[in-house]
Amino acid sequence: MAPVFEYAPAPESRAVVDIAPSYGLFIDGEFTEAADGKVFKTLSPATEEVLSEVAEATEADVDRAVAAARRAFEKWSALPGSERAKYLFRIARIIQERSRELAVLETLDNGKPIRETRDADLPLVAAHFFYYAGWADKLDHAGFGRRTTEGHSGANPRPLGVAGQVIPWNFPLLMLAWKIAPALATGNTVVLKPAETTPLSALFFADICRQAGLPKGVVNILTGDGRAGAALVAHPDVDKVAFTGSTAVGKQIARTVAGTDKKLTLELGGKGANIVFDDAPVDQAVEGIVTGIFFNQGQVCCAGSRLLVQESIHDELLDSLKRRLATLRLGDPLDKNTDIGAINSAEQLARITALAEQGEAEGAVRWSPACELPSDGYWFAPTLFTGVTQAHTIARDEIFGPVLSVLTFRTPDEAVAKANNTPYGLSAGIWTEKGSRILAVANKLRAGVIWSNTFNKFDPTSPFGGYKESGFGREGGRHGLEAYLDV
Amino acid sequence: MSDKPEKHGRLSVFKTYKLYVGGKFPRSESGRVYEVTASSAADAAGKGDWLANAPLASRKDARDAVVAARKAFGGWSGATAYNRGQVLYRVAEMLEGRREQYVREVAQAEGLSRARAADQVDAAIDRWVWYAGWTDKIAQVVGGGNPVAGPFFNLSSPEPTGVVAVLAPQESSFLGLVSVLAPVIATGNTAVVIASERSPLPALSLGEVLATSDVPGGVVNILSGRTAEIAAPLAAHRDVNAIDLAGADEALAKELEIAAADNLKRVLRPQPVDDWTAMPGIERMTAFLETKTVWHPTGALGASGSSY
Repeated sequence: MAPVFEYAPAPESRAVVDIAPSYGLFIDGEFTEAADGKVFKTLSPATEEVLSEVAEATEADVDRAVAAARRAFEKWSALPGSERAKYLFRIARIIQERSRELAVLETLDNGKPIRETRDADLPLVAAHFFYYAGWADKLDHAGFGRRTTEGHSGANPRPLGVAGQVIPWNFPLLMLAWKIAPALATGNTVVLKPAETTPLSALFFADICRQAGLPKGVVNILTGDGRAGAALVAHPDVDKVAFTGSTAVGKQIARTVAGTDKKLTLELGGKGANIVFDDAPVDQAVEGIVTGIFFNQGQVCCAGSRLLVQESIHDELLDSLKRRLATLRLGDPLDKNTDIGAINSAEQLARITALAEQGEAEGAVRWSPACELPSDGYWFAPTLFTGVTQAHTIARDEIFGPVLSVLTFRTPDEAVAKANNTPYGLSAGIWTEKGSRILAVANKLRAGVIWSNTFNKFDPTSPFGGYKESGFGREGGRHGLEAYLDV
Repeated sequence: MSDKPEKHGRLSVFKTYKLYVGGKFPRSESGRVYEVTASSAADAAGKGDWLANAPLASRKDARDAVVAARKAFGGWSGATAYNRGQVLYRVAEMLEGRREQYVREVAQAEGLSRARAADQVDAAIDRWVWYAGWTDKIAQVVGGGNPVAGPFFNLSSPEPTGVVAVLAPQESSFLGLVSVLAPVIATGNTAVVIASERSPLPALSLGEVLATSDVPGGVVNILSGRTAEIAAPLAAHRDVNAIDLAGADEALAKELEIAAADNLKRVLRPQPVDDWTAMPGIERMTAFLETKTVWHPTGALGASGSSY
């Protein structure tokens, strides 16, 4: 289909963000070099341009950061909740003030479209800090009692101590907010390791902590690779481990903390089913399917990566979906009209490519709209697979890319059985006009977040997290406090 | 039991203690038993006195119990909370009627005076009543609507995790057992319980009460034997969703927690409990609950009649 409109480029200006040529680790309120002086480069995945060099933390740096967080804990946890709240409110406000700068930075470092960082990531980041700021002086009312040998006093729940937090590259600043906001509100101090490919927004956040006057050592940021993360979660003076990332790494962390007193929460992978019944409004469902799997290039743990469509409307729905995909604009993530940005790294692109090739090799039918990919950077065209069965690898493995596997069903029971036929249990979607069917199906799905007639909606008040191998614990809402309290 | 021939010469009838799996009372498929003896300070029987040959459950018995628990999960988790509350209350009623039996068994198992054993049994019965009342309240305490910033009705509800392996406390053979089992099934989970290794008889007898209390077969499955031997396959089992390590020592708890990571079981680590008669909190329920959050659009009705 020929495009109806040609678009002129509409890039967001990079001038709003000033990236330094190098960054150190943020420990005890200071930027410092790594103990062995090592650095690594962070790239723009859209152009492969080097954005900056950042320090590569070693075990000795983890020691230093945890020690700083431990020193800061005594005073921070003893502050009245109302004072901790004001620091967090300050942070929320500064994020709002600097949100365009941070959106451009995030788009540069991550490759996701500016439309998403500007309209989704950054507003949610600020909202998350604002939400948990308000909890800091209301913890007595949150319904978590303090643990005592005689049972529970029902008041004054205590923080855990030092939280070691490891976050992924798909929503770098948002995952930072999900980790740091509840931890600080409840009186913990943190050592956070951003992902290797997206360290910059966390380092800018360190500067926001400085502007907010946050006491030194309360927030420490260690950039580095998986070895730094492993050292952090294994550190004997860390009381709480929070991880968002792959299920394989999550299992390894669970083994590492076994037999210790460390409290653990894990937010891991998914293979979300997006179920479309024959009475669903097709146009809205198509928009929901697109949001479900192409938001953030499908690099979303709760993506609706399996489309379960009722057999009788399969052809009609797929025709509409293909028409819609043909209108998606892939390219410069800084362009305000871009729908599909770059894949975050060469490594992730290779994984997506391999799984898509396996889908073809196993007999599923591959389709992509006509779509020109830029010559530099890491790109993958929006892709559909039809004729997928439950035995196909692309129906079972998390692809974490813009690849949708389409399966069919005949009855609601079959839809539920197929949706639940996965070791994951993070998200699901239901599209139908029939209210009672929504409720009945939602009841039977074994997933932590279910969207009915919508998809990929997030809010700081809404608990998020998985069943089964998608992890445990919840982030967001009152539920999210529990992960950071001694209850 | 070890009752000696009475003066009038009547010989008592011993009970064959059996496992409780899927609502039935099988022996161990392995054919093995082990000798259970009275505790040292027992007033009913001296130290080392023979009480019974308890089944020495095997790995296969553990796997069979998981199959039974999984089969029962849909019905039990789908039952109304009111119904589960009535069933748990019925357990208390049945126990009350057999109170004397449990007082005797607990006294022998734990080496307690009759009066102290009675305190344990009374507390255990009252605990079933306590949890019976929780079944239709916990969802309101830990769930609820979330005021999201958008046109959505957003509701979080607790749901049972699934099949829970429970290592019952080693010392408190009956009250401890009830204190860890009742919260697991109150919320709709099903359980595979490993009884106290040294003192399994009160636990095995509990199966007889559960079987006559409208608890559907498979909701609770009770195994006796070597805790470490039975717990290992349960901790590694892919169709077990969670494990309560109350009855594990430090070394075993660590080993089992590592095995449990293979399918990311929810793990409740052993915690020191000085006094099982103390009022519990709700943590033994919330440890085995998932939170499901559902978003529904509430936007204004458009011309199409759709609200999204």
